[in-house]
Amino acid sequence: MATVPIIQPLLLAVLLFTLGLIGVLVRRNFVFILMSIEIMLNAAGLAFIVAAARWGQADGQVMFMFILALGASEVAVGLALILRIRRRLTTLDSDAANLLRG
Amino acid sequence: MNVAFYFAASTAVLSTFLVITQANGVHALLYLVVSLLAVALVFYTLGAVFAAALEVIVYAGAIVILLVFLVMMLNLGGTTAREAQWLKPQVWVGPAILAVILESELVSIMVSGNAGAPSLVVILPRDVGITMFGPYLLCVELASVLLLAALIGAYRLAHIGRSGG
Repeated sequence: MATVPIIQPLLLAVLLFTLGLIGVLVRRNFVFILMSIEIMLNAAGLAFIVAAARWGQADGQVMFMFILALGASEVAVGLALILRIRRRLTTLDSDAANLLRG
Repeated sequence: MNVAFYFAASTAVLSTFLVITQANGVHALLYLVVSLLAVALVFYTLGAVFAAALEVIVYAGAIVILLVFLVMMLNLGGTTAREAQWLKPQVWVGPAILAVILESELVSIMVSGNAGAPSLVVILPRDVGITMFGPYLLCVELASVLLLAALIGAYRLAHIGRSGG
């Protein structure tokens, strides 16, 4: 079996994950935070796909499918939560949702 | 790695960077679709054909449509003027250029006739299905429970919001 170059796709996954992390940390809009979380989940899935291609096993793709289910359920619950926050706080700024601050 | 991978990877990084730097939600969503399609093409060049199809269907299809619904629902009021502002040509130019790059890459792969990267082992959907419903059957059941919980949770949260409680 020919070995697959694993460094470049893993670097891509790290880069995408970092961009998503920067998005979560920098943006203060709930919609952008949700989008950045999706980007990070997608990068994690990419790492699993790279591992599956490297060892020629299907397990990585199975894990990617579980990540897909996780991302779908996360975005559904996140959407409902953002709608409720918007209705209660009348803003999308995540700094406004600080009622739990001690 | 072949040229197709590098094209798709650079498109993915560029469009993802543009996602997190946009001020408008709809512009960011356009770049997010392009980013997910580029990642799907990366999956294809890695030999994961089934995962690439699922990425297009579930991520670029379903999840982005949910996010589009969210953005549209949160920007109530003055819809026509706002939509006219969204539909200005310069909004579409950037994502369209990136999408044309991906499209030409896909066409070139299809015309040249090899399935992505010839050196890679292509994992077929059959192997994925056998693995998923063999050793990972318990995880599939757990994922179904997770989806059911998300369904009930989303419905409940939306219902509380509607009745004002």
